[in-house]
Amino acid sequence: MERIPILKMGKFLLVTIQVDLYDRLALTLEEDLIQMVHKTGARGVLIDISALSIVDSFMGKIIGNIAAMSSILDAETVVVGMQPAVAITLIELGLPLSGVHTALNVERGMALLAARMPEETDSEDVDDD
Amino acid sequence: MTRNIVTALQENQDRILDQWVNQRELSEDFGGNFNSFDDLKAQSSELLTAVLENMTAENITDLYASDLEPLIEYVSGLTLSRAKQGFSPRETATYIFSLKDALLKVLGELITEDPKELYRSTLEISKFIDNIGIVSFETFIRGREEVILGQADEMAELSTPVIKVWEGIIAMPIIGTLDSARTQVVMENLLQGIVETESSIAILDISGVPAVDSLVAQHLIKTVNAIRLLGADCVISGIRPEIAQTVVHLGIDLSKMVTKATLASALRYAYGILQLEVRKAGKEKSNL
Repeated sequence: MERIPILKMGKFLLVTIQVDLYDRLALTLEEDLIQMVHKTGARGVLIDISALSIVDSFMGKIIGNIAAMSSILDAETVVVGMQPAVAITLIELGLPLSGVHTALNVERGMALLAARMPEETDSEDVDDD
Repeated sequence: MTRNIVTALQENQDRILDQWVNQRELSEDFGGNFNSFDDLKAQSSELLTAVLENMTAENITDLYASDLEPLIEYVSGLTLSRAKQGFSPRETATYIFSLKDALLKVLGELITEDPKELYRSTLEISKFIDNIGIVSFETFIRGREEVILGQADEMAELSTPVIKVWEGIIAMPIIGTLDSARTQVVMENLLQGIVETESSIAILDISGVPAVDSLVAQHLIKTVNAIRLLGADCVISGIRPEIAQTVVHLGIDLSKMVTKATLASALRYAYGILQLEVRKAGKEKSNL
């Protein structure tokens, strides 16, 4: 069965969706991704959807689910490279993906995640003192 | 109207044409717009042929008869071409109604014995030509409406430019009322602009929006959310005091959006986010 590869980059996981997501594939991705977050102890999940041109309410829900599950496992989710048409569709569907961080491209998404990490370690250090 | 009167009119087509084109108001009104009297005569002849060929004893009282289609099409085409040539609606209408005079005059010469028949035929011809005039008017107005719709589209296109203000900052001034269709265009252009320029901040300036009601606010909130989904920030600027009042009175919650009073303060905020600093050149030197 077709699977979407999940790459580990340091403390983060990178998922690049290159094919049209049908419902079962999306569900598999959700499961695999959470397993990987748990296994690797990743602090951030980067989902690149720049190649995704069609989105429906189910996809919006899956992305929201991934973000919610990751945040329980203490990992932040960043969705990068969303197409304007996809953004408009999600808004019209009433899915503003409020729990998810967004960035224009993978590079900026990485920078965003990296910027959030030291902050947290700093604050932990402060707590320790 | 009896069949033989229609036939008689058809037989006297040349007489009617002469009668028509030689009318005083016709030559006066159209002297300037036609290249020559021959042009006028040629066009009038075509229209008269169309009228007489399609007029029958049955359909003269019924403009919606299907066998009148060719005539209606011809009149529509004629009106459109005249409108393009710069004729006013009055001129076109006078032209068509003047045919009535010519027809009635020849009719009067044809029916000499029976005044009742003459009266009835006159009424019918009068109504028939009036209907042709109405078709002409409808076409004229439809043509005008197409022009107006086209202009509205062009205005919508023109009034939503995406301006690159700085590396990573784009702005879009909105001028005119924001309705659903406009919002769609604004949203698409702005999102496309963000992706193309890889900007991380978009400034939406609404100083040119005359009024903000709950619907417009709803549209703004949608746009801001869509921009956030792309991974950029949105600042709404150009909020006039009256608009701030309306928004609060309507109970619209804009607290989740970044709003600034002027484009300048929005720009300053954007510089702050991008960690840029604007200062007077040479200031440090003078300090030294």
